[in-house]
Amino acid sequence: MSDLAIRVEGLGKQYRIGSQSQSRYRTLRESISDAFTWPARMLRGELTARSEKIWALRDVSFELKQGQVLGVIGRNGAGKSTLLKILARVTEPSEGLAEITGRVGSLLEVGTGFHPELSGRENIYLNGAVLGMKRNEITRKFEEIVEFAGVSKFIDTPVKRYSSGMYLRLAFSVAAHLEPEILVVDEVLAVGDAEFQRKCLGKMSDVAEAGRTVLFVSHNMSAILRLTEQAIVLDGGKVVHSAPTREAVDYYMASGFSQSGERTWSAEEVPDSSAPFRPIALRVRDPRGKVADTVQSREPLELEIEYQLDKAIAGLRVGVYLSTIRGEVVFTSFDTDNPELFDRYATRPAGRYHSRAKIPANWLNEGQYILGINASAYRVRRFFQDERALAFNVDAMGAPGMQWPEPRQGPVRPQLDWDIEERSS
Amino acid sequence: MSEAAKQESESTQLASRRFVIKPQSGMAALNLRDLWLFRELIFFLTWRDIKVRYKQTLLGAGWAILQPVLQMLVFNVLFGDLAGLSSGGIPRPVFTYAALLPWNLFSTAISDAGRSLVSNRNMITKVYFPRLIVPLSSILSGVVDFAIAFLILIAMMIYYGIAPTAALWTLPLYLILSLTTALGVGLWLSALNVHYRDIRYLIPFLTQFWMLATPIAYLSSEVFNRLPDNLEWLYALNPMVGVIEGFRNALLGTEIYSTNVLWISVAVAVTLLVSGLFYFRRMERTFADTV
Repeated sequence: MSDLAIRVEGLGKQYRIGSQSQSRYRTLRESISDAFTWPARMLRGELTARSEKIWALRDVSFELKQGQVLGVIGRNGAGKSTLLKILARVTEPSEGLAEITGRVGSLLEVGTGFHPELSGRENIYLNGAVLGMKRNEITRKFEEIVEFAGVSKFIDTPVKRYSSGMYLRLAFSVAAHLEPEILVVDEVLAVGDAEFQRKCLGKMSDVAEAGRTVLFVSHNMSAILRLTEQAIVLDGGKVVHSAPTREAVDYYMASGFSQSGERTWSAEEVPDSSAPFRPIALRVRDPRGKVADTVQSREPLELEIEYQLDKAIAGLRVGVYLSTIRGEVVFTSFDTDNPELFDRYATRPAGRYHSRAKIPANWLNEGQYILGINASAYRVRRFFQDERALAFNVDAMGAPGMQWPEPRQGPVRPQLDWDIEERSS
Repeated sequence: MSEAAKQESESTQLASRRFVIKPQSGMAALNLRDLWLFRELIFFLTWRDIKVRYKQTLLGAGWAILQPVLQMLVFNVLFGDLAGLSSGGIPRPVFTYAALLPWNLFSTAISDAGRSLVSNRNMITKVYFPRLIVPLSSILSGVVDFAIAFLILIAMMIYYGIAPTAALWTLPLYLILSLTTALGVGLWLSALNVHYRDIRYLIPFLTQFWMLATPIAYLSSEVFNRLPDNLEWLYALNPMVGVIEGFRNALLGTEIYSTNVLWISVAVAVTLLVSGLFYFRRMERTFADTV
């Protein structure tokens, strides 16, 4: 008997898009009218267009040994969730096969099956059963679950009266005490406060250290780096890279970026949901106004967002996220942060705009940075967001402290106003 | 000690389980093995539905009694006092109420089951378990209401001095017949509802028309006698005719119109169940993608 926990071979999943992309279920009337009109549509050649299909996942193969922890990384829509759903048996593949040895527990979302009217105690049993635990197994772990969630005082209160934090903690706690041989986890850590996230990560590494097989999907690169040894990178439904985690993360971080210091969006790349906001370009410029993929730490640099408004938007703010290549956010900033501009652009009329911001000299440390863009009206609507739109490099030549050639920690490398006072005793 | 050992062996049995995920083609097997492994989930979902049903209501489980009692009063005025239909010598309240019990069990079951997959959407798209459990447990949860309402029937029979007949032992069989029919119809409706949300709007009409086609407030002979002999089977195609004939026979001692009626009911119920199971299993693989 082999010690493989998961063997995936040529796995693929096809989804139908087109007329059904908006609402994937159909009404009977549509089906009936389709039945009557299909000869006409066939003649007009519309039939193929209507049943257009896309592969969310194609030709995916990998093997996972018992006790191994595998990270799955990729952009949104790369097929990560589809892969996990197939392995968790939620949905069926269209081709290929996956051979699994052992009990699979899936954490695709915490709190599955929670009912707001039931008490915490009742929901622990219900949720446990949904996740595949036996009743005596739940009873055995009950105290531990409640303890971990820290809700013992409210255990007989309906969960609808819980704060969202308590609800989440309880939900994660039940799931975390599931002890399957193979654990499939998707993004659960993206929720909750920092304190609880740390607790979750701790629990996850316990699971990994206990010799269980784990398949872990996350956008959080530092979590991936901490918890997994091996990782695969998915892009467009295919495995584009498979390597030890550090290498895979670097590959992922460096891939898919134009290295020209400019990112442009063609009309097809912008989803319809963004209208009336239309991003055109995001640029990084050096102090001489040249678009550059590498800037000097000792020089200021300019960020520029070019966009078109097809209609006036009230309360619009356009801004950037700056993060390091490892995914830690350095800052978020919007063009109407300044109260004066905020008042002047309470409503931004239709037209073409450039929003520019300067990052001062002696500010960023050397390394690779990722720029994201966000256009939204606070609490009203998010028009457009791309957290990983552009990558650029910062060179530390001539930066403060370069007399020592050692690399410095942290994303910023400020020139601080130091003062040394000598006291003669 | 032995309990722990047993449990240990069950979990190792689970652990060593190896399975292959691949596209299914043609008719899928029923996979009763998984249904058995997830038997506790049937219990928990049924228990949840019961628990939640009357939460935050003033009368609570009183509704399980109030509903059929009010229905009975209305039916008695309409069909008895106004239309003057015969109740076969049985006091009309008992006559109607005894039929309303299985009918309400059935109609609640099919409308709950019909909506069940869609309302448990978040579970279906996130975890694996045999989907059959969802409509199944929504049907089972109705049995508790039935049991509560049954207490009133006992009280009424005592009040009117009606002793149950020797055929009382057949009552559970008719209960099973009505649950079988409900599961068959519920499986069809729930699977259809995943793809066609029209079903949600169809269900109220379906139960309304079906109720009128069922001898709740009248004797089945009223219909049978109006049909030509060679067309009597048409009315018997409604399995609820057999169920209600059986209930009245077992409890109140009224004559069953003919045993053929019962057999036709059983045949139709089984056909509905088997075809429903096949359709459900066929559609099951796309539930998570379309629901």
